[in-house]
Amino acid sequence: MYYVWVALFGVLGALCRYLTGVWIVSPGFPLATLIINIVGCFLLAIVMKYLAELPYISKTIITALGTGFVGSFTTFSTFSLESIQLIEKHWYGTAALYIGASLIGGLLSSRFGFYVSEQWLNRRRNRHAH
Amino acid sequence: MLINMLLVSVGAVFGVLARLLLSNWMKTKWRMQFPLATLCINVSGSFLLGLLFASGLNSHFQLLIGTGFMGSYTTFSTFKLENIELHLKQKYRLFWSYIGASYILGIGCAGLGLWVGNTYF
Repeated sequence: MYYVWVALFGVLGALCRYLTGVWIVSPGFPLATLIINIVGCFLLAIVMKYLAELPYISKTIITALGTGFVGSFTTFSTFSLESIQLIEKHWYGTAALYIGASLIGGLLSSRFGFYVSEQWLNRRRNRHAH
Repeated sequence: MLINMLLVSVGAVFGVLARLLLSNWMKTKWRMQFPLATLCINVSGSFLLGLLFASGLNSHFQLLIGTGFMGSYTTFSTFKLENIELHLKQKYRLFWSYIGASYILGIGCAGLGLWVGNTYF
């Protein structure tokens, strides 16, 4: 059942990515992939650092949500291809902006997810202590 | 639209399972602090997507193999999560080498894939 859940959530993640790409049309700059990847970094941190710490959520669900849904929602290969295409067109400024935004935006978004998870866990601990 | 969603879904099933199985296998085979499994997956996926794009296959194959399989096989969120973990553990050398290797090899291999595809297909 483990693999079935991961595959099912992986399909949902991929469909969300595909539909977001259809919905966000931005000629000249790969905005859809950037938004998907930055949002996904925050979500994965919440799954792995908050939800995974909750006693009533099984490990299968965590893997299905984290590795399955968010892992498939975000993508690295499309990012690489879009970056090299911008470079090949000699759009160096746009390429630098895209790579820089993904590098810094992704790290900050993931770090923010760690922070929020910690806050939520602390709030839970305090509530249980009283 | 529905046929496109179906193609993406079929590709995604194989992509996500390939990532899960490959990363679990590599993690048991090479026990190390450097997240080599995710790096190998992201770099190989970038090469294959470049190759696919240059191969000139029709849009149905692009959706099935590109958006579906390669999109789900590679991952950006795990890469960043592992980065933050390295940073919090103060493994700064690993942190910077992981970022450098992912971006340089990832974008470079996508370019290599495009070149191989344009030259040989």
